[in-house]
Amino acid sequence: MSIEVRHITKTFGDFAALKEVSLEIPTGELIALLGPSGSGKTTLLRVIAGLEAADPGSGAILFDGEDATSRSSRDRQVGFVFQHYALFRHMTIFENVAFGLRVRPRKVRPSDGEIRERVSALLRLVQLDWLAARYPSQLSGGQRQRVALARALAVEPKVLLLDEPFGSLDAKVRKELRRWLRRLHDELHVTSVFVTHDQEEALEVADRVVVMNEGRVEQVGTPDQVYHHPANPFVYNFLGNVNLFKGRVEGGKVHIGDMAMELPEQMRPDAETAVVYVRPHLLEIDHQPRDTNHFRARVEHINPAGPLVKVELVSEWGDPVQVEISQERYRDLRLKKDAEVFVTPKEEKIFVEKYSI
Amino acid sequence: MAGTIALGAAATSITRTRATTEPALVRWTLIGVVLVFLGLFLAVPLAAVFSEALGKGVAAYFAAFREPDALAAIRLTLLTASIAVPVNLLFGVAAAWAIAKFEFVGKNLLITLIDLPFSVSPVVSGLIYVLLFGLQGWLGPWLAEHDIKIIFAVPGIVLATIFVTFPFVARELIPLMQAQGTEEEEAARVLGAGGWQTFWRVTLPNIKWGLLYGVILCNARAMGEFGAVSVVSGHVRGLTNTVPLHVEILYNEYNSTAAFAVASLLAMLALVTLAAKSIVEWKAQGRFGAGKRTAAEGKGR
Repeated sequence: MSIEVRHITKTFGDFAALKEVSLEIPTGELIALLGPSGSGKTTLLRVIAGLEAADPGSGAILFDGEDATSRSSRDRQVGFVFQHYALFRHMTIFENVAFGLRVRPRKVRPSDGEIRERVSALLRLVQLDWLAARYPSQLSGGQRQRVALARALAVEPKVLLLDEPFGSLDAKVRKELRRWLRRLHDELHVTSVFVTHDQEEALEVADRVVVMNEGRVEQVGTPDQVYHHPANPFVYNFLGNVNLFKGRVEGGKVHIGDMAMELPEQMRPDAETAVVYVRPHLLEIDHQPRDTNHFRARVEHINPAGPLVKVELVSEWGDPVQVEISQERYRDLRLKKDAEVFVTPKEEKIFVEKYSI
Repeated sequence: MAGTIALGAAATSITRTRATTEPALVRWTLIGVVLVFLGLFLAVPLAAVFSEALGKGVAAYFAAFREPDALAAIRLTLLTASIAVPVNLLFGVAAAWAIAKFEFVGKNLLITLIDLPFSVSPVVSGLIYVLLFGLQGWLGPWLAEHDIKIIFAVPGIVLATIFVTFPFVARELIPLMQAQGTEEEEAARVLGAGGWQTFWRVTLPNIKWGLLYGVILCNARAMGEFGAVSVVSGHVRGLTNTVPLHVEILYNEYNSTAAFAVASLLAMLALVTLAAKSIVEWKAQGRFGAGKRTAAEGKGR
């Protein structure tokens, strides 16, 4: 089922959680709603599920082109996985998963035998069939999450909505589960939307990423698009660590210290200042100056733990700069604290500052 | 080397005990004070009730219950409780549901109003009904015209009892339901359950121990209520006397054996209530970890 969100606004008292949000989700896609807390991503998910009503007269939610704005969450045929699982604590795992089938009106309710079969199949799918007789409190976080997913899938939803599905799990389980979710989606092909504040998670799992901020959609695109072609500084900033350098614009170039960088053509030539963003792994450290753009810096701190060595520098104009270099390069350079080095940006992203008079 | 480590460990364990508890003298004094207090104010009176009741032998004890007036009082008390408790059960669940799961204007006022019977003297509660339904009261003349008796009759007793006992269930459930939140209900709704299905299958099972606890307390108070009922009852023997009122009448007539015998019934009710309460608490804790904390919170009202 495809979902279309049209100009949805949602306010809580004075706080506008969603401001005129529009979004299209084609059938069968796995979409991530990514943003910092308070960006409205969970509210959007709850509006799609019908758990929250959009402001009256503000817009519409369409399922398969049909207006579902006034449809109750009971009838939307969505599966919802809650951040804290919301498993029924007094029911066994089996009964939790069977719940959606048992509450159906008698005419469309499957027989006990069918329910047993369906639930067992789902529990096998989430690899928890051996826990059917347990209660939720006896399960680990990751197991509960999978039960919540099986319960949501039991009613054969047309859309699967997941609210921070891995939010309260530890790092290791989290990584396993998100890969597993991706595989599961490839098997089932049910349109899925999940909310996350973890960019790594969104980029790894989703077909497309919707970056949200302060109740608005900043950019929609494939992980590759949003990462390599961010629409604005917020997206670039949010999708990973960045260093930011402020420069002045002169003759179609941005000048920072002794460096001069070509301004992309579509940028306004009348802008006075521009901000240059460079990711830490796209900066090169050297003991000798190169003939390309570079600036001087002093080594402040070195953290060699992890796959990359993180070096903190102070630039010649006094700003902190983060650089990530490979372990190999680190050994070759023999970097020491307080060493004077030259830094060269390999690839940068320039955003012209919003011009105001 | 090993010796030093062991010594070090012993030293820390000593400091820890000193750091985490009070001196023995303080501890035993406090425990002693509590025990003496409990003994003087609870155990001794309780023992006195039973010893007075059985003072003239078992035959005299049971004779007190064979009296028609005593039987009528017991029947009336059971009748009153059997009306007041279900009514307050419904009211309590509805009020707690509304307060815990929804946001609406006047919510704080409602919570305050639910506490009213706890803060008002039972005598005042009774007087309110006399003012409303008594012969000189607002609705008195109209009631007299239509030959409806409320004050000095069973309806008045039931009304006063309901008023005095209505906070018990609601007060027990509100913190419990607030702690549980609304996520499970939302999950049920998205899975296709209707309002009733959600209530019977999700909400009620989650609150059942708290509910039972509230009902037990509500019942104990409904059967034992004296002040409010005394005002509206009129003390008509065999007609409008509940067990507590009957005890008072017997006592005033210097019929202390019978008075204590009937009083021992109430004392036994209290003991049964305590036992039932403990079992419910224990059950609620054993069932699920989350319920433990909330049951304790509910208790510490």
